[in-house]
Amino acid sequence: MIPAGFDYVVPTSVAETVRLLQEYGDEAKIIAGGHSLLPTMKLRLAAPGVLIDIGTIADLRGITVTDRISIGALTTHHMIATSEALHTACPILPECAAVIGDIQVRNRGTLGGSLAHADPAADWPPVMLVLDAQISLIGPNGTRTLNAEDFFVDLLMTALEPEEVLTCVDLPTLGAGEGAAYVKLRHPASRYAVVGVAAYVRFAGGKVTVARIGITGAGVKAERQPTAEALLVGSDGGAEAIAATAAQSGSTMEVLGDIHAGEEYRRALINVYTRRALVQAVARAGG
Amino acid sequence: MTKIAVTVNNRQYQDDVEPRTLLVNYLRDHLNLTGTHIGCDTSQCGACVVLFNGMSVKSCTILAGQANGADITTIEGLAQGGQLHPLQEGFWEQHGLQCGFCTPGMILSACNLLQQNPNPTDAEVRHGLEGNLCRCTGYENIVRAVQYAAAKLRGAEPEPVEPADV
Ligand SMILES: Cc1cc2nc3c(=O)[nH]c(=O)nc-3n(C[C@H](O)[C@H](O)[C@H](O)COP(=O)(O)OP(=O)(O)OC[C@H]3O[C@@H](n4cnc5c(N)ncnc54)[C@H](O)[C@@H]3O)c2cc1C
Ligand code: FES
Ligand code: FES
Repeated sequence: MIPAGFDYVVPTSVAETVRLLQEYGDEAKIIAGGHSLLPTMKLRLAAPGVLIDIGTIADLRGITVTDRISIGALTTHHMIATSEALHTACPILPECAAVIGDIQVRNRGTLGGSLAHADPAADWPPVMLVLDAQISLIGPNGTRTLNAEDFFVDLLMTALEPEEVLTCVDLPTLGAGEGAAYVKLRHPASRYAVVGVAAYVRFAGGKVTVARIGITGAGVKAERQPTAEALLVGSDGGAEAIAATAAQSGSTMEVLGDIHAGEEYRRALINVYTRRALVQAVARAGG
Repeated sequence: MTKIAVTVNNRQYQDDVEPRTLLVNYLRDHLNLTGTHIGCDTSQCGACVVLFNGMSVKSCTILAGQANGADITTIEGLAQGGQLHPLQEGFWEQHGLQCGFCTPGMILSACNLLQQNPNPTDAEVRHGLEGNLCRCTGYENIVRAVQYAAAKLRGAEPEPVEPADV
């Protein structure tokens, strides 16, 4: 399978990328790792007239850890999976990266590409939701920064405007009393999440003060679970509280069934994987 | 047309390619390096794996243009001075193939794996090769072949050949 023909341009800066996006308008698409875009182009589900390859813009690649974490859009899943600094500062990030696809996918696929593509079964979106990530976009009118919650809009749809480039993601480092975990049931062939759950908890004085749960693979987009989260806040984070929370997880969300897993089975998976994610997050928080 | 300059198996090439040319087709059709195979064409099977700046990638899901400036190694580039690479020797000695269709991709993925983890457990070998499918062997002898090469590359004596106990 070979994609339909297109013109291919290779900008050397973000500013030039934005200019090219303005120049070519609807016809143009950015290509980063190409591991979501090229498969859809080979199937002729997409046939952009112009591909703008941002792959050589060095500013967009890399991980910086200070009191916060900044990850450039072009940083590959493999770079995140193997970052020593992230293993210490925010272990859920390498943990999530390591379960994406296979090593070849992780060697090419990028964080920015995954977020911009917003596949309903992608692994990064729920992790971004529970860490309250700030996603930076640059367009003709300058830079704007969105909460992950505002970034994911619908099936394969984000708040990115056609002339904007996703440049980097800013995340917190996790300190004492905080823990986060990501667990998923991998589809055995594609390795995307049949259901994936990310959880974050913060403790103070032996009580849970913040709880966040994000689910992927089950609906049109990754979603937080406020009703379930509220059940954990104020509790001791013990087995009973976790069980009650997990039982509510997914209850307010529209869950889809497909040939791999029906709605009922997915709801059961959500409960089980929420419990597993919370147990790990609480253990990591020292709760 | 897009101009590309790539190094493949230590030789430099400069070419004009149609932008939609996939790296695997560039290697096979332009450079006649047909050791890189096309199995699924949908980034699932790993038959097309090559090393891209030392890292294993699926060349059916990369544009030739994206390889501009890159250093590519295909199966044809592994043997040096008529000497098989330890992985090639391992697949030979341990019967790591039957039809051989998956073998070039398996070997290049294993190259990437052993660079990052020179002393893997069998489970780590299997995990490292999860992007490569084999329809023939049942994987047992592939794991043995990689362990043979791992031992050899570490300077240890590879395990003697034993019939598969499965
Ligand atoms: C076999 C296989 C298995 C996979 N398994 C998984 C899995 O288990 N879990 C998972 O989460 N993912 C999986 N993926 C997807 C993988 O993670 C992709 O790499 C990722 O979704 C897209 O990243 P990319 O860099 O390849 O983006 P591309 O394919 O280059 O781009 C994807 C989209 O995002 C846009 N885009 C890219 N970068 C930017 C940017 N900086 N600014 C604005 N727009 C941008 C592009 O225009 C395009 O629309 C798999 C892919 C394959 C091929
Ligand atoms: S041909 Fe590339 S992964 Fe199958
Ligand atoms: S030896 Fe035939 S596919 Fe692996």
